[in-house]
Amino acid sequence: MSKQKQVLVACGAGIATSTVVNNAIEEMAKENNLKLDLKQIKIAEVGGYEDSADLLVTTAMTKKEYRFPVINARSFLTGIGVEETKKQILGELLK
Amino acid sequence: MSQLNFNESLIFTKLKMDSKEEIIRHMAENMVEKKLVKKGYTEAVIEREKEFATGLPTGSLSVAIPHTDVKHVNKKSISIATLREPVLFGVMGDDDTTPVKLIFMLAMDEEHSQLSLLQKLMAIFQDDELLSTIHQEDNKTTIKNIIETKLDLTMQEGELNV
Repeated sequence: MSKQKQVLVACGAGIATSTVVNNAIEEMAKENNLKLDLKQIKIAEVGGYEDSADLLVTTAMTKKEYRFPVINARSFLTGIGVEETKKQILGELLK
Repeated sequence: MSQLNFNESLIFTKLKMDSKEEIIRHMAENMVEKKLVKKGYTEAVIEREKEFATGLPTGSLSVAIPHTDVKHVNKKSISIATLREPVLFGVMGDDDTTPVKLIFMLAMDEEHSQLSLLQKLMAIFQDDELLSTIHQEDNKTTIKNIIETKLDLTMQEGELNV
């Protein structure tokens, strides 16, 4: 078994949106039998995980380049394109 | 879990405003007056909206969910406004803007602990027909009842601050 992936879930203030996204990813991981190290944080805290994270899923805009992929999670809130986003996330987790 | 403050005095219908700042100020100051949020809430929401936009393009009419850190909040509450003419908000996580007609201003008093409330709120955003019903409605009590039903607040009527 490969190493547990560390997934960061971030929004601007760390209250509203990331909670919903965090839960959706948790469920997705369960469905696919994946063990994840999920961290729900504020976007300003991403820097602290720069060396350890495998993926950033966020509802906040980030202009910064990271060494891990960044996926926009707005679809979890609007329902539009959510299957596409889930596929994208799953694709990164199964790499 | 603390009770949610939501009633007709937190609902505005058919507002005519020119900018997102004006709308946020109007809604937030009302919450400040009711002591649901602290004085700094208004500016904090305006600043946060600049940095992290909250516009959500849905099927037919866009929604915005302005909010800020829990430290500015006294009591968990939601305020709703419908706009006569759409006003541009930044799209969450994007460079785009979107014409918003419905505002759900959130004042949350705990981090990470209102998952079911938020999920029910998001379910409203995903229901196109419901969004346009709310947008066309003039009667605040009708809007209140629709939202309460969808958020399952009626189950805890006794706890509601009506």
